[in-house]
Amino acid sequence: MIPVVVILVYLAVIAIIGGVAYRRAKSNTEDFFLAGRGVGSTVFFLSLFATNMTAFAILGSSGQAYRQGIGIYGLMASSSGLVIPLTIFLIGTRLWAIGKRFGHQTQVAFFRDRWECSGIGTVIFALCAAMLVPYMIISIMGGGTVLAHISTAAGGGQPLIPYWLGCAIVAVVVTVGVFLGGMRGTVWVNILQTTLFLLFGAVAVWVISRHLSISDLISKLAGDPKTSALVTREKMPERFFWSYSLIPLSSIMFPHMAIMCFSARKVTAFKRTVVLYPLAIMMIWLPCVFLGVLGFAALGKVSDPDGILLLMLEQYAPAWLAGILGAGIISAVMGSDAHQVLALSTMFTKDIYQHYGGAKKFGEKGAVLFARIFIVIVTIGAFLVALELKDKQGIFEIAVRYAFSGFAAMAPVMVAALFWKRSTKWGALASTLFVGATLIIFGAMQGSPTPPPAAKPAVGATTNAAPTLTATNTAAALASITATNKPSATNAPAAAAPKPKVIWQIGEGKGAIQVISLAPNGDVRFLGFMTVVPMVFGSALCMILFSLLTRPPSEKTIEKYFPKT
Amino acid sequence: MKLSTKLLLTFFVLVVYALHQDFWNWTKAEPLVFGFLPIGLAYHAGYSVLAAITMAVLVKFAWPKHLEDVQPEPGTENKPTDNSH
Repeated sequence: MIPVVVILVYLAVIAIIGGVAYRRAKSNTEDFFLAGRGVGSTVFFLSLFATNMTAFAILGSSGQAYRQGIGIYGLMASSSGLVIPLTIFLIGTRLWAIGKRFGHQTQVAFFRDRWECSGIGTVIFALCAAMLVPYMIISIMGGGTVLAHISTAAGGGQPLIPYWLGCAIVAVVVTVGVFLGGMRGTVWVNILQTTLFLLFGAVAVWVISRHLSISDLISKLAGDPKTSALVTREKMPERFFWSYSLIPLSSIMFPHMAIMCFSARKVTAFKRTVVLYPLAIMMIWLPCVFLGVLGFAALGKVSDPDGILLLMLEQYAPAWLAGILGAGIISAVMGSDAHQVLALSTMFTKDIYQHYGGAKKFGEKGAVLFARIFIVIVTIGAFLVALELKDKQGIFEIAVRYAFSGFAAMAPVMVAALFWKRSTKWGALASTLFVGATLIIFGAMQGSPTPPPAAKPAVGATTNAAPTLTATNTAAALASITATNKPSATNAPAAAAPKPKVIWQIGEGKGAIQVISLAPNGDVRFLGFMTVVPMVFGSALCMILFSLLTRPPSEKTIEKYFPKT
Repeated sequence: MKLSTKLLLTFFVLVVYALHQDFWNWTKAEPLVFGFLPIGLAYHAGYSVLAAITMAVLVKFAWPKHLEDVQPEPGTENKPTDNSH
């Protein structure tokens, strides 16, 4: 019942915020897509953070920590805590300035102008849109799954909110919020979301720790050879751990993140954001990862590790906290989905509709109308796909996790555009085609997960029946990026991971070099590194080589973007 | 910004980035910091604080102040750029 109340309250809040934002709106694209470039410092931080955080930060992080231990924090959280703020500091501030000077509202608009190209901009647009669409669809799928999960009674049975209704709720709420409020309504909602997010972890640890002897439980895990891997990183390959630090390069290249950078009122808004960003990540991830590990020690083997936090709360926390958790998860799903829908709408309106003549024919009012119609169509489309292809969710999950590598590999294009005068449109095209080709090749080589050997629960654990949560937004998608296995049913962290399957190696015996292999979860590895490594370096190389071989943009354009001071 | 400051800050950021790969903690669970945090987790919690300090240092010493004066170019406000090259 509590989740239903939470959803109704949430719907009401969204409707009110959307209505207020609608009344303050002006009929032009800058106002609709970027809130008139008027987002203040605090709201900018809260909104940028919410844009990049999904339900994975709560449920997925604890589920992965349950499976693989504390290493998940270093792998996904602390590296992001450095790399994401760095990219916002170096790239985000420059994007903001260029948007302010020349009126650009998307990355592609900037690329087209910077490199004097139209068609190549469209190629970049196509790749970015193709990588963003699965992310948006899986957000709706994840929303439907999460709502079904948290509305199921503790003893099991039918969920109060079935999957299809959950998907519909997410689609309707997102459509209403974005349709009415545009960027202004979306960032206002983000204030509520991020506050819920940031408070949740500390409160959950405090409440749960009152019922458990956490020191004893962690000491037991560390002292048992079968479970000590949970409190170390002995099963996490070092090459994999390092290569994951390139994944956060994708953050600034995600269209919804880049577009957020255009929306700040002043560049000084970035100051607070970049300093607080690592601490905000820590506030969410540290308690969730810790509780995931603690969950194994306290509850033992569960059928669905992604639901470990919900189980812990069920056991040790009052219903009101479970309600707050529900609110946090739902708002995370809807918040990030709203930004994705808005970003897609912005890209289609600015980069396609207006670029190819719509601006001259129908003006700014027509563009806002087009954007609103697009929002309705795209969410209905995503909803139908989420219903029709429910059983093929794995395909979207794979697409999303390759999209992270793909966006990371597009970072050299942005860096070249901003900082390298000599870069050319042909360099950008070569990089983009390289990224697209490697995505297709690595995607085709993707294998099936290898089932892990059965393992016994540790620390005298009991088995807890939990409702199955097959995917939580990007949870499952990102989860399976990890090096060791992402088993589908019973998950035991101390289980020995299956060996990688070699596809191509040089030499024989002990001295053999495994060039391409498949990790136990089916992901491709290149010399033991994640595919993001060859993709990022290959993309950078393409940009450099093809730029040096081709004619640079005109002096006028170079002077425009690199004025002599 | 002076070249020496630039180099020093670049070196600082690279060192911080390298510190993320804490191979010396890889197989260690203990000591348990505050009695319950495994050393590998405590180290990376500390690393998050270091990342925030790094960003504060960059904001203090490498802030792109020239961007604060950026103004819209005449005729570009709220108009789509003509990109029909």
